[in-house]
This record gives sequence, structure tokens and C-alpha cells, in this order.
Amino acid sequence: MNGILILEQMLNGLQFGLMLFLLAAGLTLVFGIMDMINLAHGSLYMVGAYLIASIAAATGSFWLGLGFGIVGAAVFGMLLEMTVLRRLYQRDHVSQVLGTFAILLMCNEGVRLIWGSQPLSLNPPGMLAGPVELLPGFSYPAYRLFIIGVGLVVAGLLYLLIAHTRVGMQVRAGAANREMAMAMGTNVQRLFTAVFGVGAALCAVAGGMLGPLLAVQVGMGESILILAFVVIVIGGIGSIRGALLGALLVGIVDTAGRTLIPPTLGYLVGLQAASNAGPAVASILIYVLMAAVLFFKPRGLFPTHG
Amino acid sequence: MPTHEQAAPGLLDHTLQLRWSLPVLAVLAALPVLAALAGDTFYVGLATRILIFALAATSLNLILGFGGLVSFGHAAFVGVGAYTVAILMQAGLVSAWVAWPAAMLASAGMALLIGLISLRTQGVYFIMITLAFAQMLYYLVISLKAYGGDDGLSLASRSSLGLGLDLGQDVHFYFVTLALLVAVLVLMVRLLNARFGHVLQAIRENEVRMTALGFAVFRYKLVAFTVAGALAGLAGALLANQGSFVSPALMQWSQSGMLMIMVILGGVGHLYGGVLGAIVFLLLEEFLSHYTIHWQLGLGAVLLGVVLMAPNGLTSLARRRTVQ
Repeated sequence: MNGILILEQMLNGLQFGLMLFLLAAGLTLVFGIMDMINLAHGSLYMVGAYLIASIAAATGSFWLGLGFGIVGAAVFGMLLEMTVLRRLYQRDHVSQVLGTFAILLMCNEGVRLIWGSQPLSLNPPGMLAGPVELLPGFSYPAYRLFIIGVGLVVAGLLYLLIAHTRVGMQVRAGAANREMAMAMGTNVQRLFTAVFGVGAALCAVAGGMLGPLLAVQVGMGESILILAFVVIVIGGIGSIRGALLGALLVGIVDTAGRTLIPPTLGYLVGLQAASNAGPAVASILIYVLMAAVLFFKPRGLFPTHG
Repeated sequence: MPTHEQAAPGLLDHTLQLRWSLPVLAVLAALPVLAALAGDTFYVGLATRILIFALAATSLNLILGFGGLVSFGHAAFVGVGAYTVAILMQAGLVSAWVAWPAAMLASAGMALLIGLISLRTQGVYFIMITLAFAQMLYYLVISLKAYGGDDGLSLASRSSLGLGLDLGQDVHFYFVTLALLVAVLVLMVRLLNARFGHVLQAIRENEVRMTALGFAVFRYKLVAFTVAGALAGLAGALLANQGSFVSPALMQWSQSGMLMIMVILGGVGHLYGGVLGAIVFLLLEEFLSHYTIHWQLGLGAVLLGVVLMAPNGLTSLARRRTVQ
């Protein structure tokens, strides 16, 4: 186990964690402010990635695709909020699960209807295609570095928005105590729609960034949705800070586990058994992490409510 | 709550509603004959599948509907039951009298362990921690290369039951499944009308109050969770037998989601909620998939319609809340 490999895995983990954060941020706000379980959040990610991939293919420019795709996903998210999701806020969690699961099914089939069931390909822009030599003897793909940069910038902007603007204050107030925020004159309805728009835009950014690395396909939203839920539960629902910390933890633990566990297991139980069990044990790791966090802190690392 | 035995049924009591459930049972019992007359035995298989999922959804309803515990990992217990039967079968144990109780025991044990940790949390955190444990079991099964791993495991045959029944014949298997579902429903109604069931439902309504009254709330919830796990294990044993095949897909989180959808659709906290939900959901799936490959679009529209059009829901839970 050498230092270069560990550094590379840390960077991969950071990159994955930051993308998870983009998804988890919207999810945790929707969850925290509106007390709403949104299983369709992964669908926004999928729709965003499809929009970006198809616009990029049509115009031949990754950047045009990214820009229009993000706007398109935000509009889609706000429309979804205004037509359907708004009616679910006052309902219990169980109805919300059923309602948003229905939307998830319809989004999946809608995408399949429009784009077909073949995965789309999305190529990173040419200038980011090659590797970059970070240290002597250690090069890292430029595109992944770019993703890390985008993730950090967006996280920073989000921090400014939440911590230093009037809207952000209202969002935080809503997450801490919805009734009180309403009583103090916050226009919650408009705020909710805006939060959904921002959440959808963040999803689209993540979809666009991860699109060239993972496949753009139907069902891509579900697997990552579960991870985003794990992140916000670890972080504490409604807390952006918690989402960031949780996302980085999950990203790094998951990535490091996948590379470090098989050789470690191989050392302990022999190569044959390790190559069988290694990947599965690595997949289990983040769930063990979540269960452990909840065991000691049943409301997550940064509880926002009372 | 009335204390003497002969009192009129209270808010927390449930009945089998024999007036309409007996005719339904009669139709179900006659179904294989009708299918044979129509010359289409495909429907026996479909009906068996529906009954098995009805059993699984009913077991989830015990904790979700009557205990207020929204478990998002119920498919794991179904999977543990199914894998127990398959693994015993591979070891040469074919008797249903051994394998099926073993499946229930394995699932119950797993539910007990998971419940011990999960029940410490509340609300959304409970939903997520049950999901986490289910995912752990899912990946654990994938790593069991000796039992097929990702590819799943085929069963050499169905379990053998004796009593002159051959489970290999679909009609016999159908009747055994039906009998087990009826037995479970009778058990459910007995359980719910007993002191245990009343306490469980009272905890759902007001946990703080029940704690203050001196009830061992945690223990009641744990027992309910374990019983639900055991019943899910039975459903898993049947499911493994029906397809003669088990795979990790049985334990995927979408399966847990589907069981939850069935319960919500049919009626959270209704004795027949799980049964009704399984019938409606699977028939809808079957019906729509005949017409279009994009059947999920229709299914989604119907589910959304149910949520939006019935604001107070098919759920007795919601109705009871408005009553209070």
C-alpha cells in the first residue's frame, strides 16, 4: 500500500462525496423544511443528466448542454412541485412515499419513452480529456479534478446562499421550525418552489458531472438516491453542514473501502475468499457507518430540529 | 378500553368480516377449477404469487399499520426465509416441515437482532436504519458465492409436505398457500384483539402516554417486529418454492418499497390491507403489462391518483386520526 494509491483514492472519494453532496443538499432541505420524503429526487438527477446529454449531443457542446440542462431540470423540478408535490406536504410520510414512488415510476417510463432504453453517452469536453501530473510520477484525470473544483465552488456558493442571504435565513428558519417561520411572515409557498428549483438544478449539475463517468441510463437515479438518503441521515436531516460532512464521509469510506478492503481481506482470509467477498463487504461499509452513527446519535451528526 | 371480555368491539378491535370474506375465500378456493375449465392454468401461478405477496404485505402491515413502524427493509426478511429454504434444499433437506419453520426462525432471529438496534430510533431515522440493514443483508447474500452469489440459486424441487399433497403440482401448492394465508389472517386477528394487539395499537397512537402508563413499549415493538419477520420468512419460503429459484433481487430495496406500496394501497392498519394491496398491485401490473411495455407509466398514474384523489386515504390510520 503506497502513498500515491492512497492519495488517488482520497481524491476519488472527495470527488464522489462532493457529487453526493449536490444531491443530498436538495434532499435534506426538502426533507428538513417541508418534512417531505421525496423518492423522486433521484428522478431529477436522471432527467437532468438526460437533458444535458441530449442537448450536448445536439449542439456538440458540453457546456451548452450543461447550461441548458441545468435550467431545464430546475424548471422541471419547479413544475413538479407546483403541480403534484405541493399537495403532499400536509400528508403523512407513508402517503408521501407512495406519491413520490409513483412519480419515480412515471419519470423512469417517461424517459424510456422519449430516449429509449439504451444508455446515452456523454463525453467530457476535449480540453479536460487528458491526465494532469499533480506530483512527480502521479497523474490524475483532469476531468475528475474539474469535478472536484465544481463541487467545491457549488458547495461554497450554497454556503453563501444559506448562511449569508435573507432567503437562506428563511430556509434555515423553515428547517428549524416551520410553523414559527410561517408565523414570522415567510412566504413558504414561494420558498418551497424555489428550494425545489435549486435542488433540481443541483441534481442536474451532479448528473452532468457524473454522466461521463457513469452511464446515463434509466434507473441511474435510484442507486444514488439511496446513497443520498444515507448521507442526509448521517448528517442530520435539514442540515447543509451535516449533508456536506456526511457526503464526504460516505464518498471517502465507500471509495476507500472498495480499494482497500479486498487486499486487506486477502491478507486475513486468503485470496480466493477475499475476491469473492471483498466487493460485497465494501458495499456494506457505508451502511455499517450509518447504523453506527444512528446507534450513537439517533438523530444524525448535526440534528436541526429541537 | 373495556376491560371485560364480552364488551362490544372497541376502536382497536378487528374482525375477520366473514360476511364478505367467506364468499371471497370460496371464489379463491374454486379458482383452480375455474382455471382448469377455462383451460388456462397460467392463472393458478399468478394467483399463487398474489397470495404469497398478500402474506408478505400482511406481515408488513402488522408493524407498519398496527405498530406505526415504517420499516423500509421488509424484503430482507422475505429473502432470508427464501434463502434458508434454498440452502437447506441444497444440503438435501427437502421436508417442508423442517425447512419452512427453519425459514421462519431464521427470519425471526434476524428481525430480533435488527429490531434491537433499529427500534432505538424514531420516525424517518427508523425508516432509514431498517433500509440500511436490509442493504447489508442484500450485499451479504451477493457475497455468498457458495450459494450462487449474484446469479441466485436454483432449487432442485419444491419442498415435500407429505399428507398426500404434492407441492410440485401447482394446484396443490396453490391450496397450501391459500391455507397458510388464511391461517396467518386468523392469527393476525387473534393477535390484534388480544391485549398485545391493543397495546401495540395504543403505542402507535400515543407512545409517550403508553410509556408513562408503565408499558414496556420497546419490548412490545420488538415482539411485533420479530413476529412480522417470522411471517415474512414464511412468505419467503413459499416464494422460493414457487419459482424454485432464489436470488439477491428478492432482497433489493425496491422489493421492500413494493411491499410498502401494497400495504399503503390496500389500507394501512386494515386487517385485509396487505391482501387487498397485493391483489390490486399485481393484477394492475399484470393487466397493464399485457397492453404496453410502458406499463409502469400507467401504474404510476394509478398510484398517484390513489394518493391525490383520496386525501384521507384508504387507510384506517388516517381515518382514525380524524375521528379523534
